[in-house]
Amino acid sequence: MTLKTVLAASAAVMMAGPVLANPQAEVLHWWTSGGEARSVAVLQEQFAAEGGTWTDMPVAGGGGDAAMTALRARVLSGNAPTAVQLKGPAIQEWYEETGLADISAVAEENGWADVLPAQIAEHMKCEGKWCAAPVNVHRVNWIWGNKQILDEHGIEMPTTWEEFNAAAEKLQEAGVTPLAHGGQAWQDATVFETVVLGIGGPEFFRQALVDLDPEALTSDTMKQVFDQMRVIRGYVDPNFSGRDWNLATAMVMNGEAAFQIMGDWAKGEFLAAGKEPGTDFVCAQTPGNGFLYNVDSFAFFNVDGDDKQQGQALLARLIMGKDFQKTFNLNKGSIPARTDVALDEFDSCAVASAEAMNAGAQDGSLLPSYAHGMALRGAQAGAITDVVTAHFNSDMSSDDAVQQLADAVANAM
Amino acid sequence: MEWLERNVPKLVLAPSFVAILVFVYGFIAWTAWISFTRSRLMPRYELDGFIQYERLFAAPRWDVAMNNLFIFGGLFILFSMVIGLVLAILLDQKIRAEGVLRTIYLYPMALSLIVTGTAWKWILNPGLGLQEMVRGWGFENFTFDWLIRPDMAIYTIVLAAVWQASGFVMALFLAGLRSVDTEIIRAAQVDGIPTHRIYSAIIIPTMAPIFLSAFIVLAHLAIKAFDLVIALTGGGPGYATDLPATYMYAMAFSRGDLGQAASSAMIMMMVVFAIVVPYLYSELRPRRDQ
Repeated sequence: MTLKTVLAASAAVMMAGPVLANPQAEVLHWWTSGGEARSVAVLQEQFAAEGGTWTDMPVAGGGGDAAMTALRARVLSGNAPTAVQLKGPAIQEWYEETGLADISAVAEENGWADVLPAQIAEHMKCEGKWCAAPVNVHRVNWIWGNKQILDEHGIEMPTTWEEFNAAAEKLQEAGVTPLAHGGQAWQDATVFETVVLGIGGPEFFRQALVDLDPEALTSDTMKQVFDQMRVIRGYVDPNFSGRDWNLATAMVMNGEAAFQIMGDWAKGEFLAAGKEPGTDFVCAQTPGNGFLYNVDSFAFFNVDGDDKQQGQALLARLIMGKDFQKTFNLNKGSIPARTDVALDEFDSCAVASAEAMNAGAQDGSLLPSYAHGMALRGAQAGAITDVVTAHFNSDMSSDDAVQQLADAVANAM
Repeated sequence: MEWLERNVPKLVLAPSFVAILVFVYGFIAWTAWISFTRSRLMPRYELDGFIQYERLFAAPRWDVAMNNLFIFGGLFILFSMVIGLVLAILLDQKIRAEGVLRTIYLYPMALSLIVTGTAWKWILNPGLGLQEMVRGWGFENFTFDWLIRPDMAIYTIVLAAVWQASGFVMALFLAGLRSVDTEIIRAAQVDGIPTHRIYSAIIIPTMAPIFLSAFIVLAHLAIKAFDLVIALTGGGPGYATDLPATYMYAMAFSRGDLGQAASSAMIMMMVVFAIVVPYLYSELRPRRDQ
């Protein structure tokens, strides 16, 4: 047999492939820890039950940095995975770099536009076409409290930052650390954005952290935000530098601190430790009104071959299926992105989160979290975080901070 | 046959030569090219002048990183050499159990920097480590909280790095001390020259090449320093302990800003050149005394 006939034969086999094809999906994600891995396994089982072949490509490390590096290598070599865990403006950024697959057919057939809040649906579209599917909605602006400590000192969950400061003073006098915080840049940024929302309100949040309006960034409101950050700095314990967020959550759990400001993944820690919402710990929105969301999603890259494209369509349908949305989010502590999933099995904090999301979708206070990469592209968000963390960890004045903020944003454009 | 004999060395070296040409110098050239573009998430190849360098030098975080490099590099090299030299001289006094002591001092070098960083992170944590221990002994006012002070945190990195590297420098110097001609030392002792003068006037000057080698080794360790910072402080508090290498990593892998990462890598390379080129020059130029 000559080389030519071998090639011809193998080409023929390849051509014949799609006819016999079953849906194929290679999925790049970084959900490798406990509850998250279980959540992905659910999707994997459903995919196999529908006759698909799932190739798992978990890349752990660096909060997704390692997975993104793997993605870049795959895309550069012209062999993109079928679906990739991506979120926020990074979806559109990748669309501009390499293009993404159009899954509008699946989205329209299943009426995604009717069941997703408009703000969240917008993140899933590339130039008007659906190119990603949302998995969950995390609320970022939560404040968690130790019920026992709060009752002991007669403190209600604060609804304004003044109330928070008053409560913190009281706790400090009683020798309790008011705020459990981990001194990592993203945690500083998480607290910062809740303060921006609380002091400036939703409209100001949008101008400053979504539209990056220089006037808003250097405004007196922003100075007040940095003043409040300086006050908050006084409420954390001296050993906060570099502490991981779950250790800060443990401080609240064990009664070493009264409050923590953190997204609803912190709830998973409480629940895993057997704590009950309402009796052991309380959840409330951070002072002020609004809903800062952090939505995980899968984006679909351009792939060749019917089997892979079928795999994409199947995956997209399953991800947005009510069944998966419920199971996944019960495991992960977030709430379904679909607004029509029954919440009977969810805990009270999740139900409150879903109500706030629906209300926010109506009055426009449903906003993307900047600290978790939903509002801005990496370079800009990073530039803001640099200033926030530098201010929080030094004695920089609020005037200098707003100036640096405006400079950093201009420099990152 | 004769041709083969003459060319075997060249043929054997050719693959590694080509590999280095492509994977080292080729990629340096590629990085240089990227540093002149507006690359973000993915490399783009349209040249766009010095925009990335302008952004780099306008970034306060890069200033902090470069300052830290000079503070860290300077103190790390200085203290490692001084401590290494003192240890080597003390070990050179024909003491008992020298082999055991030498191993003990050299041992930190066998640890990975991640281990060193993590261990020192716990030792220096004010709530867990040294400070808490001394306070536990009754010294209530004892404070050693450099790790969480933005202005002092960089010195904790110096501390951990010196702990790690000084044993290695000691070994280098010890070899140097042993290679000094004993005849000269005996002659000096016969002439009644005091020991400290023998060291300062005879032994140390003849060890000059060892100093240079130690300096080069330590300097490139300092510029490459990355894992120690990540493990010990994670660049914090804030970005107070960022070094150029951690800055580059953040830009390339966390922020999707390849252009910034490439330009910072080029500046790092130039810093290395500024140190290595004079060294190569002094090494490669024909010696006048030979």
